[in-house]
Amino acid sequence: MTSTLTISHLTKRFGPVAALTDVSLTVAPGQRVALLGHNGAGKSTMMKIILGLIPASEGEISVCGSAPGSAQARAQVAYLPENAAFHPALTGEEQLRHYLRLRGEAPGQAQDLLARVGLRDAAKRRIGTYSKGMRQRVGLAQTLIGHPRLLVLDEPTSGLDPVSRRDFYALLDGLAAEGASILLSSHVLTEVEARTDQILILAKGRIEAAGTLADLRRQAELPVSFTLTPAEGYAESLMESLTGAQLLSSGQIQISCRQEEKLALLKRITGFGPRITDLDVTPPSLEDIYSHFSRRTGQ
Amino acid sequence: MRRILSTAGIEFHIALRNRWVAIATGLMVLFALVLAAAGAAPTGDVGVDRLSITVVSLTSLAVYLVPLLALLMSFDAVAGEVERGTLPLLLTYPVSRAGVLAGKLLAHVVILGIAVTLGYGAAAMAAFWTDPDAARGLPALIRLIWTSVLLGATFLGFGYLLSSLSRRPSGAAGLAIGLWLALVVLYDLGLLALVVSGAGGGFATGALPALLLANPADAFRLFNLAAADSVGAAGGMGGAAASIPLWQSALSLALWPFAALILAVAAFRKITP
Repeated sequence: MTSTLTISHLTKRFGPVAALTDVSLTVAPGQRVALLGHNGAGKSTMMKIILGLIPASEGEISVCGSAPGSAQARAQVAYLPENAAFHPALTGEEQLRHYLRLRGEAPGQAQDLLARVGLRDAAKRRIGTYSKGMRQRVGLAQTLIGHPRLLVLDEPTSGLDPVSRRDFYALLDGLAAEGASILLSSHVLTEVEARTDQILILAKGRIEAAGTLADLRRQAELPVSFTLTPAEGYAESLMESLTGAQLLSSGQIQISCRQEEKLALLKRITGFGPRITDLDVTPPSLEDIYSHFSRRTGQ
Repeated sequence: MRRILSTAGIEFHIALRNRWVAIATGLMVLFALVLAAAGAAPTGDVGVDRLSITVVSLTSLAVYLVPLLALLMSFDAVAGEVERGTLPLLLTYPVSRAGVLAGKLLAHVVILGIAVTLGYGAAAMAAFWTDPDAARGLPALIRLIWTSVLLGATFLGFGYLLSSLSRRPSGAAGLAIGLWLALVVLYDLGLLALVVSGAGGGFATGALPALLLANPADAFRLFNLAAADSVGAAGGMGGAAASIPLWQSALSLALWPFAALILAVAAFRKITP
């Protein structure tokens, strides 16, 4: 199957400043890719280049087999800007009817689309009266027009409450199942963990890490931490036998080790038998992994 | 075409909501009625019908008011989209930038058309009311309406151009007022100064007509005054109007809207959202 989006060795410079350096990426039909990074990491710039809003300095980009921003590409790509904005004097329905006509679709679908994002009751109110979350949903509704082959969503869940976020990701799952490719950006790794097939961590315009969450865990090689609760009176002897361990104020003992030493350490700890009463194993959290990759470049 | 019509429809809707349609129409009606009332006096002396007199007065009004209204409606067209942040999304839709401007232009031209028709119409009614012969002035009135729309379209294009160049509504508004002053007020004053200072014998016959034709506002005035039967009543520009063939001022009026739109599209294409 041909890929929906192919980027090879993309570089974008604004004067002397490199916003993106040597970025390569392939998105297959039905794939959900999350672009993670701090503010200013180059996420929005990359999206605008894919959409053809700004030109690339170097590199090749193919969007649905066409040049970014070409009429063919625009007909198949939907975009949700970071802060979706619309004319405040229009109602949600009027705005969507306009967008439908611009895409050559029947304007009668506007009500349906608004209902899909939970705005049925607000359809006839002016967008000027909407909350940020509601505007975001109008933005989301317009990305559902037609059957786009690629959805480019810039911070799509900003301004949405947790329940709406879940609905939103359910909507994306449905679109991906129908074969649409999705590229979304976020700065929250926890949010995208279960919802994406591929994660790209962007820092200072470079791809610092790419792959599934499991891949990233492996690449990061972050330590696993063990927390032991010693039995009455055994704390000191345990501390002596475990080099590098820390005695916490709660009376528990914490020790960490590399991934590959995990099982060996676990064996030793279980060997302590009744001298410990409890054990917790904490793998590196998503936040740890994310800060590991984004900190590598000194951010 | 469908996309242009949709853009025009949505723009018209916005203008209706923002009361622009009401403001433009109200202004035109008000000024036209004031002129009709003020121009009621000289009828007996000049010996032409009341409507023809009114049309000459309206021409002088339109040359100031129509460009002003057009610029007021258009200065926000691109800069406003940039400021609201609605432009990036719009430009990812399968619609060309020229199409976006064409849609806006269509909506704004229709609004101007409504405003001038109702405004001049009100003045015409007043003329009919007092003078049964006023029907003789109808061709002049119709000519005034369509030339006003052309003049408006030109200044709408200028408005989009300034809006694209400045990218901020406040900046675009300043430029729009500046352009209005320059083309509608200062340009003529400058030409007048040149004529009065007697800048060479050739000026009045050579450069002056060309300079008058180059300015859409002057071309509008020339065309309407030259075409009117009552040139005598026009005073001022009457002399200049008589010396320039009608087709030349008509051509200038007809070409300017396209030229302005082409310039505006070129400037709009330079914007990277």
